[in-house]
Amino acid sequence: MTSARPQPAQRSKLRLVVLQALVFSLFATLFVRLYYLQVVSGDEYTAQAAAQSVREIVVQPQRGLIVDDQGRPLVTNRTSWVVSVDRTVVDKMTDGVRAKLVERLGRVVGERAKRIEKQLVTCGEEGSVSGLCWNGSPFQAVPVAQDVPQDVALRILEQPEDFPAVVVDQQTVRSYPQPFGINLAHVLGYLSPITEEEYDTAQDDGDRSVNGASAVGRAGVERQYDRWLRGMPGYRSVAVDSMGRVLGDDGEVESQPGDTLVTSIDAKVQGVVETQLEEAIAVARATRDTVTGRNYVADSGAVVVLEADTGRVVAMASQPTYDPGLWVGGITKKQLSRLYSEAAGTPLLGRATQGQFAPGSTWKPFMTAGALSNGYSTDTMLNCSSFLSVGNRDFKNYESGAYGYISFAKALEVSCNTFFYRVGLDYWQRYGSDVADVDARDPLVEEAKKFGFGRETGIDLPGEASGRIADRAWKRAYFESQKDYYCDLAAKPQDADTSDFVYLFAREFCVEGYAYRAGDAVNFAIGQGDTIVTPLQLARAYAAIANGGTLYAPRIGKAVVSSDGTVIRKIAPKKVGQVKVPDGVFGYIDDALKGVTRQGTMAWRMVGFPLDEVVIRSKTGSAEVYGKQSTSWVASYSDDYVVVMMVSQGGTGSGTSGPAIRKIWESLYGVTEEQVRPSDAAIPGVTPPQGLPTFRRDGSILPPATEKR
Amino acid sequence: MTTTSIRPPARPAGRPAGRSAGRSTSRLSQVNGIDWVLMGAVLALTVLGALLVWSATSNREDLTGGDSSAYLGKQVMNVAIGLVLMVTVMATDHRWVRILTPLVYLASVVGLVLVLTMGSTINGSRSWLMVGGMSIQPSELAKLAVVVGMALVVAERADARWRTRVGTVDVFAMLGVAAVPATLIMLQPDLGTMLVLSATVFGVLAASGARRRWLVLLAGGGVAAAVAAVGAGALKAYQVDRFLAFTNPDLDPRGAGYNVEQARIAVGNGGLFGQGLFDGSQTRSGFVPEQHTDFVFTVAGEELGLVGAGLLIGLLVVVLWRALSIAAHTDDVFGRIAAAGIACWFGFQAFQNIGMCVGIMPVTGVPLPFVSYGGSSMFAGMLAVGLLQNIHLRAISAPAARMTPTPGVLVRS
Repeated sequence: MTSARPQPAQRSKLRLVVLQALVFSLFATLFVRLYYLQVVSGDEYTAQAAAQSVREIVVQPQRGLIVDDQGRPLVTNRTSWVVSVDRTVVDKMTDGVRAKLVERLGRVVGERAKRIEKQLVTCGEEGSVSGLCWNGSPFQAVPVAQDVPQDVALRILEQPEDFPAVVVDQQTVRSYPQPFGINLAHVLGYLSPITEEEYDTAQDDGDRSVNGASAVGRAGVERQYDRWLRGMPGYRSVAVDSMGRVLGDDGEVESQPGDTLVTSIDAKVQGVVETQLEEAIAVARATRDTVTGRNYVADSGAVVVLEADTGRVVAMASQPTYDPGLWVGGITKKQLSRLYSEAAGTPLLGRATQGQFAPGSTWKPFMTAGALSNGYSTDTMLNCSSFLSVGNRDFKNYESGAYGYISFAKALEVSCNTFFYRVGLDYWQRYGSDVADVDARDPLVEEAKKFGFGRETGIDLPGEASGRIADRAWKRAYFESQKDYYCDLAAKPQDADTSDFVYLFAREFCVEGYAYRAGDAVNFAIGQGDTIVTPLQLARAYAAIANGGTLYAPRIGKAVVSSDGTVIRKIAPKKVGQVKVPDGVFGYIDDALKGVTRQGTMAWRMVGFPLDEVVIRSKTGSAEVYGKQSTSWVASYSDDYVVVMMVSQGGTGSGTSGPAIRKIWESLYGVTEEQVRPSDAAIPGVTPPQGLPTFRRDGSILPPATEKR
Repeated sequence: MTTTSIRPPARPAGRPAGRSAGRSTSRLSQVNGIDWVLMGAVLALTVLGALLVWSATSNREDLTGGDSSAYLGKQVMNVAIGLVLMVTVMATDHRWVRILTPLVYLASVVGLVLVLTMGSTINGSRSWLMVGGMSIQPSELAKLAVVVGMALVVAERADARWRTRVGTVDVFAMLGVAAVPATLIMLQPDLGTMLVLSATVFGVLAASGARRRWLVLLAGGGVAAAVAAVGAGALKAYQVDRFLAFTNPDLDPRGAGYNVEQARIAVGNGGLFGQGLFDGSQTRSGFVPEQHTDFVFTVAGEELGLVGAGLLIGLLVVVLWRALSIAAHTDDVFGRIAAAGIACWFGFQAFQNIGMCVGIMPVTGVPLPFVSYGGSSMFAGMLAVGLLQNIHLRAISAPAARMTPTPGVLVRS
């Protein structure tokens, strides 16, 4: 006890004090850590807790309907089973369990396990495959199989223990009721899943109407009116356990269905138009082309029916076409590449608005309007010779024979080329004999521009082609862009790959490709050469002749109606120009085009048609295309409608398109044999309804009231 | 009512064992003498623990088989058995405690051997013994056995030779007592229990009054051994990752890292006042593995918040404070070392367990004393509390007795 060294008992007690201090400091540490976890960073953990214990289920909105002028549904929705995988659960599984689950799921839904795995990867992460990867919310289950048969869906639902983390629910997908068997693919368009960039953009813009599983309009009115049709998704949050099993609902935000789009398309007319186009092409393919000695290829065709006084589209058909239902439940790569392939005729390309063709003789009425506005008169008589020598080349009179000195009316009626050559040549000699002068005046080009050629019509469809007016400016620009290539070709000695024609052309082009020569002007006057138009452009220009000069941006959409039937927006016809011609010119052309139907190039196809009651004006055209068979055109109009038809590599205008045009007119006006029965007309009341269909509260749609004619 | 102070100050030592039963009843009547603060804290912990276990399991049909209160019932039964054990130890004469100590030690060693030979493997370590449908974890009892065993060795040597120094031989004797169960536990392997045992042994040595150089040597030796074990590759990389997962859950994302992450989320989700008992979203959904046993603290964290979990920590601190206080207030070598050892055991085990739940300690399977579901842990804890009360009673009731060394004849035989 006396030593300096403390006795063990004392030391032991001292140690106890130290121990006590140590223990309490350890527990103080615990408390501080607890405070840090729960109070300082509590919000972060609360968020994480919510993220894993709550699954956000997106309730996709019902997309808006698309109906025709009579309220007939063109695009509706049907329910479909969708199988999704909750990744927060799958990611917790061991590799073996996960692989087994994916394998089993793949077997049941008929998908390769590898593909499902790829679908589960978030876009941008390591190993993500563009097009398959998931770009939606990380807390949302990833759809891996769309449009699954009901028995498969039920099987998964009934065996939740075999399919942990697998979510099966119903969604609505597009469905095409096809009234009157119509296809209308290029007008309606299709949907496909939202892309990564689109989703990111929508997120950045605060657009809540899309989510990672959204399908958005890609073409046609589905794309044009996507904003209206889309609706607003709802969100349901459900509490889930660590195995992803649903414990109960936490909350729900209801989805809002999209708005209904009322179009001016009439399904009955569309049905007739499609059938006629198809038949015309079938007949052409069975017909021997006397020029080439082969059957007509008739690779494509289009028909446009417009309401003359409003520019509304009543029917629009293109061939070849595709089934918009292919996109429902996901299109395969193979199917898609077929739709783009040249061999299949690029069915995705809607010829009515995207196909560009030389207008041929259907061009002549606009040239007539140009000539009559610029010095020529209705009394003018010009020689319709069998050919006209311009420069060192003879320009022939293909469609008609030689008629001697005739008027514009007669020239239109018999479709005399040499007559219009002379007009074109005259203007060229008068204003633009300097071939290099880009700014030289050209009344015929000016007139073509007034009729809206060379630029988009402004129709409410995406991806419209602009067509082209091959004027001096275009020729110069084309030369500038191509001269390097051709001059290079011409500078080298001719090789085996270059034909004589091409080699010669290259040499000529290199030297004077910029020159807008008399031959160009002459070709332009009859709608040949490098000038190309879309069938829609032609139709709306004829509508301008029919309605006294008003140029419309054609409209397919007529109104947007909310899902409860309230009209949200009426889509008015849109005027984009007014063609001004001297008084009487339109009347003169109109009379001349009546003559085409009665005794002109179209007459043999309209024998027996009650032209006195239903006055049809028309103009045929057979446009020459280098290296191909001629394009068959018929442009026609009545007081109410414009009908334009085109068959590429289809032969002559009246020959190939004539019968179809007649049938379309017969259905529009209710003509049987030689009788006109307005009650038989495709559209009740003969003319397109001004009003909208009635949308009842119970969801039924009634046709609009018919006005008396 | 008699109080302890007016009792006869001296008792004759070395009474025949046969009379202890009669004395037990008289001691039982000294209810005023027991440490009520300790008792209250322990009871509060067991009640809280039973509620948390109930909450953690009420929604787990895979565990309960449909009866949402199945685990509550079993835990209440564990507590009841534990209380009986506690009262029994409390009422036992301290000399009998010392007589029984070697038996407890032997029993736990036998249990550990049996575990190794015929035990069931749960969660990767062979720690359970199935006896008549009950699973027993002998390593829980071993912790108590080592504490009392070490205390007994020192006390016996001190008594026998009138020595007050804790010399080299004592240290080696204590280490020897600890070494046998420790080796057996290492073989299971049960890293968590091993850690707790190491800390406890260290605490007992410190409390016994062993020289500082011994403590430094042992601490240094322990660290060196751990480093050598990792360096020599005795532990596989995944085991090291698993151990270190609390610093970075990505080291073992599907195992310990997942536990760490989920435990943190659950605790963090509690906030200041918690989600309310039975209302924790993570607890209801079963995101935290082993939530009714090793991770029971996360239930308190999520459902009772900082307030409730803090209260739980506070109750544990009270238990430790009382244990250390009892150690400090007894002059009996055995009692002091045993009480201090129990405090070290509870203290480190609780720290290890809660530290694991809040992500500052490695994930090792040790239960939270009095709170986690499980019989073995509850029984061992209650036995220890009984012993603490016993030491406390002796300290206040027989001031003279502690002056009189107890001959160690019975033990030496």
